[in-house]
Amino acid sequence: MATDAMAPITSASTPKIKSELLQQRVRAARWFLVPMLIALAIVAGWPLMRSIWFSFTDATLNDLYGAEWVGFGNYLRWQVLESGTVRYRGVLADPDWWNAVWNTVRFAFWSVLWETVLGMIVALVLNAEFRGRGIVRAAILIPWAIPTIVSARMWGWMLNDQFGIINDLGMKLGLLAAPVAWTASADTAMTAVLIVDIWKTTPFMALLILAGLQMIPKDIYEAAEIDGVHPVKQFFKITLPLVRPALMVAIIFRVLDALRIFDLIYVLTPNSRSTKTMSVLAQENLFQFNNFAEGSTQSTLLFLLIAIFTILYIWLGKVNFEGGDR
Amino acid sequence: MGTTFDLWKFTKSAAFYALVLFIVVVSVFPFYYAILTSLKSGTDLFRVTYWPTSLSFDNFRQVFTQGAFPRNLLNSVFVATVTVILALFLAVTASFALSRVRFRGRGLLLMTILAVSMFPQIAVLAGLFEVIRFLGIYNTPWALIFAYTIFTLPFTVWVLTTFMRDLPVEIEEAAIVDGATPWVIITQVFMPLMWPALVTTGLLAFIAAWNEFLFALTFTVSNETRTVPVAIALLSGGSQYEIPWGIIMAASVVVTVPLVALVLVFQRKIVSGLTAGGVKG
Repeated sequence: MATDAMAPITSASTPKIKSELLQQRVRAARWFLVPMLIALAIVAGWPLMRSIWFSFTDATLNDLYGAEWVGFGNYLRWQVLESGTVRYRGVLADPDWWNAVWNTVRFAFWSVLWETVLGMIVALVLNAEFRGRGIVRAAILIPWAIPTIVSARMWGWMLNDQFGIINDLGMKLGLLAAPVAWTASADTAMTAVLIVDIWKTTPFMALLILAGLQMIPKDIYEAAEIDGVHPVKQFFKITLPLVRPALMVAIIFRVLDALRIFDLIYVLTPNSRSTKTMSVLAQENLFQFNNFAEGSTQSTLLFLLIAIFTILYIWLGKVNFEGGDR
Repeated sequence: MGTTFDLWKFTKSAAFYALVLFIVVVSVFPFYYAILTSLKSGTDLFRVTYWPTSLSFDNFRQVFTQGAFPRNLLNSVFVATVTVILALFLAVTASFALSRVRFRGRGLLLMTILAVSMFPQIAVLAGLFEVIRFLGIYNTPWALIFAYTIFTLPFTVWVLTTFMRDLPVEIEEAAIVDGATPWVIITQVFMPLMWPALVTTGLLAFIAAWNEFLFALTFTVSNETRTVPVAIALLSGGSQYEIPWGIIMAASVVVTVPLVALVLVFQRKIVSGLTAGGVKG
């Protein structure tokens, strides 16, 4: 626990009474933090360590404690056959794993890209003053409030190949020549997942961007107006640079969320190889296919991927989370 | 310009309102269609209509009389409520320490807390399963309350910290002069000011716990202990072609209506709470 490192910063130079008060506060702060830190250690720290440890063992669902150390065997192991050829095994040599990695990355890229663009449009609309703005804001909160599982089922019904309203509407408008089996067909399953995720999450993006937009002082636009700057140029030269910090934070929140996606895919396109993501594959291996060690390995790899991405993003993008001292 | 009809301006505002209308329709339509479907029965279900044609409560009656759905609903209410109370209880004192007291390592601690809330849940699933089995709470609501702390606690701490940081120093100084201890400051001075923030974070944590799926799917295995998201996800007929869409939509409407109502009532608070995490506003 990090509590020992907590010491008052300015205790030496201050008068005695004040310093005593300060010490009392720091002592109290320490006790205030202990319950939270213990709780987080039990539900997050320890389980994370154990999951990583399981990935280096041959643990099974029914025998967690009898597990033996196998080193990096779950990740990659090889065998030289008599004929001289080398056979690779383990998660890193598993085409199913790389398929899931590719699906996850593809999903995260397209969903976040669309959500950013559409979220920006919705945020710009909400930032304008017009009658009925309150209604629009209330309306876009609805997709956000609906549980993911419910969205998945609702859209699963709407995208149904025979009785779905999307096919009906598409054919009535002449956009579709024949009904499409959106969720079942390998070509469209990812599109279906993307549609639902973009529908559900764009509001969140829009609200985060809107908060950033509202911090831009209005007089900058007034000055630009007087100078006759075209609105499109205003957007790229004023709005975008000034909203960038908020946008960067919103994007990383969304990417991290997209990389761990589980529920939508599990319910909307069950058992579809073309949408199975890392989280779904790992959960199935852990608890359904009795490949506990492989599942742990996959979840550890996903954790590593997310950690590396976060560090690179914060470092390269100079993201400020406003978490520092005041 | 004066009284002359400005065509360009008219077109612009017409296009703007068309966009607004499009956003509203796209946002609301799927939920509207779920309600529409839930009120259909029999073969009506398989005829696509855009307006209500029939009004049958059969699906709702079945949802509440067949299977364990009422039980699932109770489980969800219980799990989400207890999770929120626990998280708020642990978070209030912790955020006081993080926002009002200077100590070395505070920035690092805050970053760690943010990192935990951004964690991929799957990364702790195996270890959490072990702990839950060890504690003997597997397949009980307590397993979920325990597991949900991983995302509700960091989130509530983070939001309450940003909120408390903005409370004026003067109030606290006055209390210190009066000889109040930090505990008294929290309970007597800050608490009354923090109700809005507590309601917001509590509500957001409640929604997160209510909607959670991965842990609920993994740590409960029987119909009686499941929460509603899992129950709805696993509702299915005898085969792929007999999915009871009417019942699924009715159950979906039942779990969503309270949420939508809450969100609409607390609109402003929720928006400020959502954005407090990422953007200083």
